[in-house]
Amino acid sequence: MSDDPTLAEYCVVACAEAFRGDGEVLASAFGFIPTIGARLARATFEPDLLLSDGEAYLVANDLPLGGSNKVVEGWIPFRNVFDIVWSGRRHVMMGATQIDRFGNQNISCVGPHEKPKVQLIGSRGAPGNTVNHATSYWVPNHSRRVFVDEVDFISGVGNNRGAAGVKRIVTNLGSMDFDTADRSARLQSVHPFRSVDDVVSNTGFPLEIKDVTESRSPSHEELKLIREVLDPGNLRDTEIKQ
Amino acid sequence: MTADKRTTYDEVIASLSDGMTIGIGGWGSRRKPMSLVRAIARSSLKDLIVVSYGGPDVGILCATGKVKRVVFGFVTLDSIPIEPHFRAARQAGSIEVTEYDEGMFYLGLLAAAWRVPFLPTRAGLGSDIMRVNPGLKTVQSPYGDEQLVAVPALNLDAAFVHMNRADQRGNAAFLGPDLYFDDVFLMAAKQRFVSTEAIVETDDLLKEARVQQLRINRSMVDGVVGSPRGAHFTSCEPDYGRDEAFQKRYAAAVGDAWPAFLARYIDVDESAYQAAVHP
Repeated sequence: MSDDPTLAEYCVVACAEAFRGDGEVLASAFGFIPTIGARLARATFEPDLLLSDGEAYLVANDLPLGGSNKVVEGWIPFRNVFDIVWSGRRHVMMGATQIDRFGNQNISCVGPHEKPKVQLIGSRGAPGNTVNHATSYWVPNHSRRVFVDEVDFISGVGNNRGAAGVKRIVTNLGSMDFDTADRSARLQSVHPFRSVDDVVSNTGFPLEIKDVTESRSPSHEELKLIREVLDPGNLRDTEIKQ
Repeated sequence: MTADKRTTYDEVIASLSDGMTIGIGGWGSRRKPMSLVRAIARSSLKDLIVVSYGGPDVGILCATGKVKRVVFGFVTLDSIPIEPHFRAARQAGSIEVTEYDEGMFYLGLLAAAWRVPFLPTRAGLGSDIMRVNPGLKTVQSPYGDEQLVAVPALNLDAAFVHMNRADQRGNAAFLGPDLYFDDVFLMAAKQRFVSTEAIVETDDLLKEARVQQLRINRSMVDGVVGSPRGAHFTSCEPDYGRDEAFQKRYAAAVGDAWPAFLARYIDVDESAYQAAVHP
């Protein structure tokens, strides 16, 4: 096994880091890389996380993507997902078609809501998620089309509009947190071979740039878990532009 | 004699009328009452208000011009994120929408089921759900200062769900991983219809279901339609999974490709449909 991590593996670790310190909450991740990240966090530094299979079961074992050999530790049909959302004991990592500097997110439509230019999936649980519990985002294509000055529709609520807490945005270029005076986005780290300038030129809003580090590289143990246990089919590489 | 609620697609359609608000159970592309949806799609009904955790039910009814308004939190085919027929209708401006957070949607149905005018929640606060639904109001807690969204009751004229097993009186069980919100849809509606993979004797219901899965009782149901493979092409675990290959064809049948799909798979009765998809 080469110990040289790929970009996708840096992204997995950055997603895992979003769940650090969460304790015994439901970690709900959407997308391959966030799902591997949440599973990696539990397999290593955040062992109390609860993880679902995306259907109706809480799964106790380290499940590979697409794996069916589940150790079931609980049943959470969608109705009980709402119970957990509204209890606040959850941290979701969602996608975003558009997102602004306070973490207001759009997954509803591009253009006017009355007659959209592009109809997306719909607000889903984003409004309720964001005002009830911690929220992070995964953006596999960091660009000015996604990181906009103003979103066309506020599905997920940002830190300036009553969010319980937008925590982290992980992208193919780096990672942002919201540890600023007004809880707007700050560039926290950039992945290897990516620069602060790459991030700034691909972000359509002013971003606080302070104490930026290089993203943490996966440890030998983490790489082994990612490659041999959690994603042996390497689906992670299909989710980002290399 | 106990009531025999078995009925037919034609009788179900005859009990509906233009402009009705109809609720459709299931979730995304999972355990949808597709045979009843197809029956509505080939009927002369129009101007329906469709309330659904949306999947291909919403797409088919949009593509066949049955819909005035969709009440939704999402519309998706699950393995294909965007429902192309719903997207086309939205982008053409041919339908109206009431977009909710998916939890608000649940509370609206529950308020209707419980016969209260609204239920309070934080979901929706600060989001554009409040902007695009100007009729949606907030309410102050009578016990403090907190403002909450008052989700109005989603009262339904009719509801349709698909269950794995039912008896002729309307008791019904799901056998898969999730009931979704099918019981709440039925309880929110005036006319309640269950389609089912198999109509069995009452004393056989627990041969396959655990009692915790026997969640629909006969006071919640007016009509039962025997409909083997009636959820096709959505999933109906454990009887069958989603027909992904067929779903791909459905999703690709947009624009010029739609009339052929319509003629072959929708403008035909249920037995012809099943023969066409399971030759």
